[in-house]
Amino acid sequence: MTMTKEQCFEQLLLGKTIKSESWLAPIRDKAGERAQALNFPTARHDDWRLTDLSPLFQHDFHPVDSYASLSPADIDALLIPGSIRLVFVDGSFASSLSDLKPAGAGVTVSSLVERSGDAQVEANFARLADFEQDTFAALNTRFFEDGAFVHVTSETAVPIHILNVATKRETPSAIYPRCLIVMAANSLATVIEDFAGQNDGINFSSAVTEVVLGEDAQLHHVRVQREEKSAFHIGHCAVEAASGSVYTSTSLAFGARVSRHDLHVTLRGEGAEATLNGLALIGGRQIADTHTRIDHASPRCISRQLHKCIADGAAHAIFSGKIMVREGASGTDSAQSSRNLLLSGKAHIDTQPQLEIFNDDVSCKHGATIGQIDADALFFLKSRGFSEEQARNLLTHAFAAEIIDRIPVPSLVESLDRTILERVNGADGAGK
Amino acid sequence: MIKEGSKTLLEVKNLHAAVEGVEILKGVDLTVRAGEVHAIMGINGSGKSTFSKVLAGHPDYTVTGGTATFEGKDLFSLEPEERARAGLFLAFQYPVEIPGVSNSALLRLAYNTLQNERGLEELDPLEFEDLLEEKIKVVEMDPRFLSRSVNEGFSGGEKKRNEILQMAVLEPKLAILDETDSGLDIDALRIVASGVNQLLTPDNAVIMVTHYQRLLNYIVPDYVHVMSGGRIVKTGGKELALELEARGYDWLKAAA
Repeated sequence: MTMTKEQCFEQLLLGKTIKSESWLAPIRDKAGERAQALNFPTARHDDWRLTDLSPLFQHDFHPVDSYASLSPADIDALLIPGSIRLVFVDGSFASSLSDLKPAGAGVTVSSLVERSGDAQVEANFARLADFEQDTFAALNTRFFEDGAFVHVTSETAVPIHILNVATKRETPSAIYPRCLIVMAANSLATVIEDFAGQNDGINFSSAVTEVVLGEDAQLHHVRVQREEKSAFHIGHCAVEAASGSVYTSTSLAFGARVSRHDLHVTLRGEGAEATLNGLALIGGRQIADTHTRIDHASPRCISRQLHKCIADGAAHAIFSGKIMVREGASGTDSAQSSRNLLLSGKAHIDTQPQLEIFNDDVSCKHGATIGQIDADALFFLKSRGFSEEQARNLLTHAFAAEIIDRIPVPSLVESLDRTILERVNGADGAGK
Repeated sequence: MIKEGSKTLLEVKNLHAAVEGVEILKGVDLTVRAGEVHAIMGINGSGKSTFSKVLAGHPDYTVTGGTATFEGKDLFSLEPEERARAGLFLAFQYPVEIPGVSNSALLRLAYNTLQNERGLEELDPLEFEDLLEEKIKVVEMDPRFLSRSVNEGFSGGEKKRNEILQMAVLEPKLAILDETDSGLDIDALRIVASGVNQLLTPDNAVIMVTHYQRLLNYIVPDYVHVMSGGRIVKTGGKELALELEARGYDWLKAAA
């Protein structure tokens, strides 16, 4: 059934009835009202004018009311050995697939619904992810069923893996993954948010993640979007970093027909640091859009950003990165780099670095490049016996590896590396 | 060394080549047999670098006439990678940097591609490490350079040594060294030259393309060819290089 944009939105708004705690019910109601008022963004919204959402509007997305039961074998390829694992299937917590045993003292990892009464949850839920101006954050807040809650009060070396799996259903499904990460003062952890699908399912995942870093806390936040190429993914992540804290994000977009990731980091306390690493690797007719905003709201904060897009086939990759320096945020040190690789004549990449500076005492560097595979490097490799295809794949892989290698979980780096090799080899049709 | 009856590796006849429609090579003839060291000298713009790139198959250059056979095969019917697999090697004048590809991974992949071509066993990373340990001695390279990205942040001398390391690993039948001496200080030049000398056997050959005589003090050529105006205008023994050093190139231009 082909839908109009209006019908698609109406269908999403129907949602389903979800029971909520008394503190949460009013938030849901308000979010529902905002969603209705905001409706889908249009080309007139500056933040959305480059993102073609029309493939999304063609589907009739239904809420998920009965749950597929997956076996451990179904998710085996996605697992990170030794990690603390929370698994959500179509937005619902799957305790039998999860493994919380590796969590030591000082680490609480659970379903959000189970921890609904937790003071940290009530204090931080929907505080950072602004649904007033964002339809998708509003839809998520209105309709999310469950989510992940991570509360770290000490230093932990065990990675925390939050795996969201969308299954193939009879009708296209709307799923609302949710995640709240609270890092107490002086805590340290690595959290991997992972979004995957199955069997070319047509799913629409609208995800919201909120991250709170206390003073001197350190978090490496990995985000892997490897949904099916028939799926749609819109993610919104809001981060607040207190003084002295260090937030590192490594975010990958490989999957989905259309994907979008909004990452908003507020450096709230003096001397906070953020490093944002991003990679979109797409082909075919995929669209991948990353919008980031780093808000230097305090003095002497540091931000570093490296975002890479690789587009093959007739794909369209978009990067928009805003750096804001508030009045009074003296001694700001920021550097942003956007590097892009076009693998085909039909692929398309837009990159938009944006600086908004309300302060004199700052160092803000930024740069962007868009290029093709370097002809000299290609000839060099051929002169060493590599075929054209091998040489192109090696160079493409090397371009992507610079981001992947920043993930501090070796087994994940290895498996993502294999994914990239399959991609650049065109084994799954993402290539030419 | 010149030996009667050695196998002919490369035979170039009346080679013409152009870049962007401008003819640079205007009838080059050259025969290289196994065991020989050839030097091709000439001023900038004489066509000597073009000659090396045309032999390696650089896509910017078009062959407009003449022939080249490599061990009897028509060289110009082969893709650059096929030429490499057949045993032709070009050491680049300006080696490229490849961020994200480690030197050792590049060498192993290239080595295994050739092993495959030759019907020999591929080496796994551990076996290859042992092989590399021996090969880096040829160019006196610090093993730390192996784990770094190809040529990234290398000095000029380190890049040239890295080219010779690739030659040591790939063991080509014919190596063309394109201005390998340019930009090298005397120590680096000595190391690079000593590396090349160690790799010379009665079965392979080297063509050195150079502007200056000084490399030839370290790698002694059997033949010196002078290129001018896209042709080889004079061929002699190693003493010709000394004469060029003393008299310059002008007298040959006049002769041509």
